[in-house]
Amino acid sequence: MIRDVSFGQFMPGKSVIHRLDPRIKIVLLIAYIVFVFCTFNFVSLAIVSAATIAVILLSGIPFRMYVKSLKVVIIIVLITSLLNIFYGGGDPIFEWGIIKISLSGIYRAIFVSVRIVLLILLSSCLTFTTTPTDLTDAIERLMKPLKVLHVKVHEIAMMMTIALRFVPTLLEETDKIMSAQKARGADMESGGFIKKIKAMTPVLIPLFVSAFRRAYELAVAMECRCYRGGDGRTRMKTLHMKPLDYVSVILSCLLLTGIILCNIFLAPII
Amino acid sequence: MSLIEVKNLSFTYGIGTPFEKKAVDDLSLSINEGEIIGLIGHTGSGKSTFVQTLNGLIKPTEGQVLLEGKDIWEKPKEIRKVRFKVGMVFQYPEYQLFDETVYKDISFGPANKGLSGDDLDKTVRRAARFVSLNDRLLDKSPFDLSGGEKRRAAIAGVIAMDPDVLVLDEPTAGLDPKGRDLLLSQIIGYHRERKNTIILVSHSMEDVARVADRIMVMNRGKLEMLDTPRAVFSRVEELERMGLRVPQITRVMTILREKGYDFSDGILTVGQAFDEVLSLLKKEGKL
Ligand SMILES: Nc1ncnc2c1ncn2[C@@H]1O[C@H](COP(=O)(O)OP(=O)(O)OP(=O)(O)O)[C@@H](O)[C@H]1O
Ligand SMILES: [Mg+2]
Repeated sequence: MIRDVSFGQFMPGKSVIHRLDPRIKIVLLIAYIVFVFCTFNFVSLAIVSAATIAVILLSGIPFRMYVKSLKVVIIIVLITSLLNIFYGGGDPIFEWGIIKISLSGIYRAIFVSVRIVLLILLSSCLTFTTTPTDLTDAIERLMKPLKVLHVKVHEIAMMMTIALRFVPTLLEETDKIMSAQKARGADMESGGFIKKIKAMTPVLIPLFVSAFRRAYELAVAMECRCYRGGDGRTRMKTLHMKPLDYVSVILSCLLLTGIILCNIFLAPII
Repeated sequence: MSLIEVKNLSFTYGIGTPFEKKAVDDLSLSINEGEIIGLIGHTGSGKSTFVQTLNGLIKPTEGQVLLEGKDIWEKPKEIRKVRFKVGMVFQYPEYQLFDETVYKDISFGPANKGLSGDDLDKTVRRAARFVSLNDRLLDKSPFDLSGGEKRRAAIAGVIAMDPDVLVLDEPTAGLDPKGRDLLLSQIIGYHRERKNTIILVSHSMEDVARVADRIMVMNRGKLEMLDTPRAVFSRVEELERMGLRVPQITRVMTILREKGYDFSDGILTVGQAFDEVLSLLKKEGKL
């Protein structure tokens, strides 16, 4: 079924990671992505991987959910690592016809694939442990300084919230409409590409009709509650930094120091 | 031989995720040809899930569905054939209308079945007549119809496939009382003429009491009862524990009986109650 996509789905829980301030989580995610790309030798790669595994364990989300989210990128990982193996440059340690494999190529492949995997794991961890509303809320708060440049921060955040809010609803609706048309004998599995696209018409039209109806109803409901955009709006839920958040920041700083030290004292291998 | 036989059927949504939910739990039953089955149960008891296994929209995690003695999943490639035999009207079916005109929309099912030309035209008009959609409406866009008319058009779209088994998932939800009565009598009328099997999912005890030959009660994915309306509605306390109740008129008549009026047991419809009261008045010489 369509709804079986696991990438980016919130999973309720009470873990340490769930309780972190969403702003901190976003900032830390960006920091970790930088860390991941600052690994130039095996020791620092191991440190970042260990940190990622620790975060995953702390999140309390079943490991198979992470594996599922990796499935999406497995092809990309394979292709990039293959390319890196064959076009690594350096002295070949293995030659067969035009295929030359060098040690640096293998290292490169390992680094690239581990980096992509870590990237996906960390961002899945963010979306698994943070509700979409919290996420957009945090993004709005983090983008606040842009207001000076007349960026409509609140409006952008509101659009994101609404879009995210309706993703599951629309998926559910697609599922339902597809079932209903299949029940009337619609054949959506067989046939070539063009035939499949044509077969989707009975699904797409009702879906669009209902999406527009929902949009209209939502607009009316918002207007009935006198929604006028961001100016002068106060919040029901304000975010406060808790000791836990400071701890996570300190730990991440330590991690950064470790990586920097590794890079200074150990020779880079890629 | 029974037309549909269900053996130890179970279905779980979202296996392997934290949202895992067993919606149908080890359900076995058989349904005879030409029967009207009323299916009742509390919200979330798995009614819609169960009926979707009957035409292969949902593949059971365990167990089998036999149609005319054959497992419908024997040849997964031919599951579409099952869908023409077991027609299914979903909850709020009006949201699946899509074509330019009502006529074209109704013909979607039978055309998929392979009908064309005169046969198709006859089938579409007959289906429209069963649900009293008049010819004037057939050329309109389905999006210009009223809610009740849309519902009728959607039901006609399934009837037009002329299925041996017709499953209706809460067909009267959200209609006004007159519209409900009308739709219900149209369904009965269709059943009388076509003599097919009907499974009617409903939250209205009155409706199922009126039309069903047998009533099936589901609770938390399990089959709790499958019996005649009289037998089912005599188990008042069990039903109430499952968040259901007996038809109001049955309650009224039971209370009156307890107060000493000489009414017979197991009255299910207002019509029956009317006759009872009339005959009692006659007996007492007040009429
Ligand atoms: N697509 C789905 N994915 C996950 N869970 C679902 C899905 N559809 C239904 N469920 C769950 O399965 C259970 C049974 O749902 P079902 O729709 O069969 O109930 P129902 O008896 O038809 O209820 P209602 O009377 O409200 O229509 C519910 O707990 C519901 O939350
Ligand atoms: Mg239902």
